[in-house]
Amino acid sequence: MTGASVAPSPVASAIEASRQSRAGALIGYLPVGFPTLDDSVDAAVALVENGVDVLELGIPYSDPVMDGPVIQKATQASLDGGFRLRDAFTAVERIRARVDAPVLLMTYWNPVVQYGVGRFADDLVSAGGAGLITPDLTVDSGAVWLAESDRTGLDRVFLAAPTSTDERLRLAVENSRGFVYTVSTMGTTGARAELGAAAETLVGRLRSVGSVSACVGIGVSTPEQIAEILGYADGAIVGSALVRALADDGVPGVARLAARLASGTAR
Amino acid sequence: MTIEATPTHLRDEQGPFFGEFGGRFMPESLIAALDELSAAYDVAKADPEFHRELAELHRTYTGRPSIITEVPRFAEHAGGARILLKREDLNHTGSHKICNVLGQALIAKRIGKTRLIAETGAGQHGVATATAAALFGMECVVYMGEVDTERQALNVARMRLLGATVIPVTTGTRTLKDALNEAFRDWVANVENTHYLLGTVAGPHPFPVMVRDFVKVIGEEARQQVIDLTGSLPDAVVACVGGGSNAIGIFHAFLDDPDVALHGFEAGGDGVDTLRHAASITMGRPGVLHGSRSIMLQDEDGQTIDSHSISAGLDYPGVGPEHAWLASIGRATYTPVTDAAAMQAFRLLCQTEGIIPAIESAHALAGAIELGRTLGEKATILVNLSGRGDKDVETAGAYFGVLDAGAGA
Ligand SMILES: Cc1ncc(COP(=O)(O)O)c(C=O)c1O
Repeated sequence: MTGASVAPSPVASAIEASRQSRAGALIGYLPVGFPTLDDSVDAAVALVENGVDVLELGIPYSDPVMDGPVIQKATQASLDGGFRLRDAFTAVERIRARVDAPVLLMTYWNPVVQYGVGRFADDLVSAGGAGLITPDLTVDSGAVWLAESDRTGLDRVFLAAPTSTDERLRLAVENSRGFVYTVSTMGTTGARAELGAAAETLVGRLRSVGSVSACVGIGVSTPEQIAEILGYADGAIVGSALVRALADDGVPGVARLAARLASGTAR
Repeated sequence: MTIEATPTHLRDEQGPFFGEFGGRFMPESLIAALDELSAAYDVAKADPEFHRELAELHRTYTGRPSIITEVPRFAEHAGGARILLKREDLNHTGSHKICNVLGQALIAKRIGKTRLIAETGAGQHGVATATAAALFGMECVVYMGEVDTERQALNVARMRLLGATVIPVTTGTRTLKDALNEAFRDWVANVENTHYLLGTVAGPHPFPVMVRDFVKVIGEEARQQVIDLTGSLPDAVVACVGGGSNAIGIFHAFLDDPDVALHGFEAGGDGVDTLRHAASITMGRPGVLHGSRSIMLQDEDGQTIDSHSISAGLDYPGVGPEHAWLASIGRATYTPVTDAAAMQAFRLLCQTEGIIPAIESAHALAGAIELGRTLGEKATILVNLSGRGDKDVETAGAYFGVLDAGAGA
């Protein structure tokens, strides 16, 4: 693994710990600044207090091509509310002051480019963040980020898709640190009633090219789906369902859903 | 007579990068489709049968080669320079967009895709895609910003008549950039049977190179036509720039003719000193949008800034990477033209030459007027008249109705 020489990944450690005590990790996504910056911090803290092992904070972006309607609407509301990039670091810092779970930022690539990749990495380290998930940056286009994440020791989570060739899966596995984001189905983010067999097949393919930490996301919304995923993967990622709960029922609502989802991680 | 281009090889760029611009910044879910497309395109490019089939379609269906028309009465208002229009407006479906569409539709057929999706701003690319889908018996879905479905209602009806489904996009700014986002989302979910027929020289590799190769026929024809007519190369070649396909289409054949100035005219909207414009190269910064590194309108945080133009087809905050590169090396010059200047040129061409241009193309005409006044009467200026204005009759009618209170226009 390219990153093996730097400090152990806090995300990988948290996932490993969850596999010792339970069936695997629950990873929760929420966008920064939705419905307000304060509420997004409180909601993220509530996720961890109710059983989420790793946080994924989304940076709102004007052109989110990987996102479905629920997340689009929330991130647009955050942008309309005046979200600035620096708010992401503030949120990470405030969350980390209150809970111990590692925090990854999920961001489209242009905001990082404009901030400066090196400066972004430094500020994320200062805020206590664990690393980045980059939905529109693949390993083969990511030389600058590979170098900056190595320099700073930040985690970097690349995506693997059902359509990826074995060669590309190997590239994602060898260059990811923390986990590999296993895209369950072909499509954008958003809850799905059924998860097909594609995710299990893909995790199997990732294992065969050496993955020790594969987490499944896109479409996951129930404790039953989480239990099923943790039967073959290391973690399950929930996004849109949490965002919808936050939109509909506020911080108490998202806390209740997190607790219910966490029941799916029992062994 | 022929005139050999100098061997500086600007024409040889094949991507994925043009200088620092271009590349492929896309979700992993789409990489396999982009690889498949690249491979299929490389095979087709080397296959004489593919070129024969496309050329035959252009001859019998598009109506190529398109003619050039000299416009002396219009030119009187442009410092007396000699102005030649490359008549892409006379193509079947009414614009240059059909060149790219037929090329990509043939590729889609080769890789077994049965469904075409497209984004469209003015509706010209959507109409061309719907046309190709009808011709090849494919399903067609076109994404169009809700704002654009209103201002280009006629083209929405045309697409539906051709059997396509038009989906108004209500996210973001509800214009062309959001239509691209929606098309990418559709593609991620349906990549198995679907080809995303991107409508300009933007997007991830291989689109900027492939689309350019399909539209460069415009400049190849025009270069020889101008030589045949005038005995020499033009002094300047002029086009409007939205994503940049008609501009690269006419520029490309001249890239290695250093004495030929290349001028792209961007949509200046209400003026570049206001926030309401779409002058990406003039006012933008390098960054990543829609899958490639190029130049775009964005705020300090890298959020895309809404563009504005009276012309739906130019109302895009980005531009193709090859243009960003040509601007950065100084080979082409990009200048904004306001809505008002474009509309004056629109009316001038109508009334001096009996040709109703697309409002997009009217930006190039306005640029040519300024350029002619600078270069003087010895100059020859070749203008890409990228499309016809039938789709714009309502907009233009309303525009002049307001300005002139119904008189004079
Ligand atoms: C007639 C016409 N010209 C120009 C454009 C702008 O696109 P591009 O810059 O890719 O040529 C459009 C786009 O819809 C168009 O319809």
